[in-house]
Amino acid sequence: MTAAVFFGCAFIAFGPALALYIFTIVTEPLRIIFLIIGAFFWLVSLLFSSLIWFTTATLIGNKDEPREKYLLIFGVLISVLIQEMFRFAYYKLLKKASEGLKTINPYEKAPSMRLLAYVSGLGFGIMSGVFSFVNTLSDSLGPGTVGIHGDPPQFFLYSAFMTLVITLLHVFWGIVFFDGCEKKKWYTLLVVLLSHLLVSALTLISPHYGLNLVLAYIIMVLMGVWAFFVSGGSCRSLKLCLLCQDKDFLLFNQRAR
Amino acid sequence: MVASTSASLRIDSRKFPGYELPAPGAPGHRDGARVGLEKPLPEKVGIEASAQLRGKMATAGGGCVADPGSRSLLRLLSFCVLLAGLCEGNSVERKIYIPLNKTAPCVRLLNATHQIGCQSSITGDTGVIHVVEKEEDLQWVLTGGPNPPYVVLLEGALFTRDVMEKLKGRSGRIAGLAVSLAKPSPASGFSPSVQCPNDGFGIYSNSYGSQFAHCRAFQWNKCYRDHNLSPNGSAPAFPLCAMQLFSHMHAVVSTVTCMRRSLIQSSFSISPEIVCDPLSDYNVWSLLKPINTSGTLEPDDRVVVAATRLDSRSFFWNVAPGAESAVASFVTQLAAAEALQKAPDAATLPRNVMFVFFQGETFDYIGSSRMVYDMENGKFPVQLENIDSFVELGQVALRNSLELWMHTDPMSQKNETVLNQVEALLSTLEQSGAGVPTVVLRRLNQSQPLPPSSLQRFLRARNVSGVVLADHSDSFHNLYYQSIYDTAENINVTYPAGQSPEEDLNFVTDTAKALAGVATVLARALYRLAGGASFNDTIQADPHTVTRLLYGFLVRANNSWFQSILRPDLRSYLGDGPLQHYIAVSSPTNATYVVQYALANLTGKVIDLTREQCQDPSQVPTENKDLYEYTWVQGPLNANETDRLPRCVRSTARLARALSPAFELKQWGSTEYSTWTESRWKDIRARIFLIASKELEFITLIVGFGILVFSLIVTYCINAKADVLFITPREPGSVSY
Repeated sequence: MTAAVFFGCAFIAFGPALALYIFTIVTEPLRIIFLIIGAFFWLVSLLFSSLIWFTTATLIGNKDEPREKYLLIFGVLISVLIQEMFRFAYYKLLKKASEGLKTINPYEKAPSMRLLAYVSGLGFGIMSGVFSFVNTLSDSLGPGTVGIHGDPPQFFLYSAFMTLVITLLHVFWGIVFFDGCEKKKWYTLLVVLLSHLLVSALTLISPHYGLNLVLAYIIMVLMGVWAFFVSGGSCRSLKLCLLCQDKDFLLFNQRAR
Repeated sequence: MVASTSASLRIDSRKFPGYELPAPGAPGHRDGARVGLEKPLPEKVGIEASAQLRGKMATAGGGCVADPGSRSLLRLLSFCVLLAGLCEGNSVERKIYIPLNKTAPCVRLLNATHQIGCQSSITGDTGVIHVVEKEEDLQWVLTGGPNPPYVVLLEGALFTRDVMEKLKGRSGRIAGLAVSLAKPSPASGFSPSVQCPNDGFGIYSNSYGSQFAHCRAFQWNKCYRDHNLSPNGSAPAFPLCAMQLFSHMHAVVSTVTCMRRSLIQSSFSISPEIVCDPLSDYNVWSLLKPINTSGTLEPDDRVVVAATRLDSRSFFWNVAPGAESAVASFVTQLAAAEALQKAPDAATLPRNVMFVFFQGETFDYIGSSRMVYDMENGKFPVQLENIDSFVELGQVALRNSLELWMHTDPMSQKNETVLNQVEALLSTLEQSGAGVPTVVLRRLNQSQPLPPSSLQRFLRARNVSGVVLADHSDSFHNLYYQSIYDTAENINVTYPAGQSPEEDLNFVTDTAKALAGVATVLARALYRLAGGASFNDTIQADPHTVTRLLYGFLVRANNSWFQSILRPDLRSYLGDGPLQHYIAVSSPTNATYVVQYALANLTGKVIDLTREQCQDPSQVPTENKDLYEYTWVQGPLNANETDRLPRCVRSTARLARALSPAFELKQWGSTEYSTWTESRWKDIRARIFLIASKELEFITLIVGFGILVFSLIVTYCINAKADVLFITPREPGSVSY
């Protein structure tokens, strides 16, 4: 639409990711590296799923409307599966690498698996958000807005919010997933996979953006809560933090040792 | 993201075409292009595209101005549809813009001292569409409307000087102008020419007020009606339908300036950016009896010249139907050439006859001034001394009650000899016209100057005895002189409904019969002037030829006859609509080729040579390349309609360069010769889309900032309190109360 919409949507979609990056990742070079590797793993998963989609499309051959749609749905589902597979692969890699990290850096504490889960989730989320939104964002710079063929005119806003929710969801999925792998709770992986499938499937009902977004945000909140508890938070620590009683808590903690 | 564009800006590497005749078999220099007009146009940019197209643009990969770099990479990987609906590359662009294909832009033309035409800003001009159907609607645009700037959509009949004067100077409120063709043509006439076209030197007009203009009706209808119309004259609500027009011209001020800049560029720059090109093309000429073109004629050889013009123009680029201004005249002359060639003693007449079709006469006599210049400098086989008399065809299709007026120049007749010669010329014409009942030749009563005609350029150089035949005695009968409405309907070339194209091709209209009468008079007059006497009354122009020519040039170029007379590689120059007769800057144009090949077909002979011999007749002892021109043409379809029967045609129809001598002599500010040039451009197109209100955009921006700031704050807080919030399970001795 114009520069205003461009910047507005860019900030909406990438603002939280940028904030997370600035405050948590940038300070430590090792975290940056793991973030980039995570992003790379997501890219490779995208490559594989696109190869599969492409070969299927070529094999099927003719391009009539219903087939295109089914091909799309198929592509989406395969892609979700492959992304989760690559998340698992990254987990395995990190597990193996943590031994090696200790030898590289014996004096510094290696990042914990929980931190790595968060970093990998953020890597996946940032890359996924960038890929899904940058194209649309570049079209928003022109003078026109969506709608001449009857599509809803808030297309850019919807896309931006959707990108935001997907990014955050990847972070939470990463945390939950790695925790499930660590504690061998395999049902966690299944839940992550299913919720990812659900969110992606929701995007396929494209004209009803509102419903789509609301459901996605609900899922995000639920996953967020789960991730919070998984990473060591608790209602008590939250209450203490919010009521600014943490100072007493710490002192008390230290005294108790 | 790496910033590389897939459809990257193409660098223009077209060199200035040379001044020599195009070699047989070479179509002249053409580049690719991209305009959705029926006439294929060469592009100014060297790199790609078919040899058919012509134009001066390099497209910059779609409509978006910024960040195209990411798009190409994303396209590579965008087979993946991860989040359907959010990752679809240029299908988002398709949701936003509708490109307008059937439009004709108005471009900038420059001459020695001024520029005319239209211009947009380099990023295109955007405005909310507003349709102006009557003059009162202008008020909304000029003062009332709350959402400037506007793109005004004028009905064709309102495209007049008064309306333009009102719109001029309000560039804050008006972003652009589009004109829809009036159907039927405006009754009061429409002509963008000045009162006196080609006045001694030039159609001087200041640069026209509006930003730029496109024409023809298009899909604005639905978009406008759905979004921009509001009841009761209140302001319509956003989103509104808007149009963006791109036609940024590179040349400014005048030819002197733009040629100087181009020269500096080509001298000092590795990849020079030429900003304008001279209007140039080729004249078509042929002789009744062949002469050796490698030398010049002896002074004793006398030649009768029959001349007419080939081109026309209109306000919009490359739209020049020119039915009455040019087509009718040259079709008549083609028919006369055919008729004269059929005379039994044509090869033995005392004087030769030269038929010449001048290109570029609309723009201060480019073709005729160049021919006179070449004749004076010995570069043309016929010299000025050889010219015995000069008969020119002006506009001949709108005759009132069969009258054809003979215009002569009063100034040169002050000389006694010239007076006698002209008198003899006029009486010869009248004698020839006596035998043709459908044409009544009339002399002018009072001494009146010549109408705009190529004869004027010849008279500037030498006192030739000449006459201009026209259908008007004082002012033009053509209400649409040099405008977009000068089409077949203007000269009453209409066909009954329900016929196939082939039937239309062969249907003899009344106009064709009338023009055939004029052609007969012309042919007989030329026969007499060339010294013939015996077969005068048998010379007759064929209305069938005339009607086929009219159909091909004015209605549909892609017909069986035109296809059969062209070379095989020029087949695609014939579109499904009429040919346009604008001179343009790449040569030869489609129309020039078709006229040359039509002349060759009508006056030449089919000879029995193979293709290789035809393309290089120097090997064949009986044929002489200096005397004749040999072309290998497609020929008609065979009986099964599967294949063509090509043949070799030998004729004297040739092309002669029509580039103003001002450019040869590098006198860009010349007042002696035409200095018209056409600006170059990169991108000419238009598109429509919806625009949102400024409030919505602002809200989006504020929301974005808000979310960014909020997330920064929250993240900082969580990060600061992280060790409190997230208790690591391995911490020894956790809280023990």
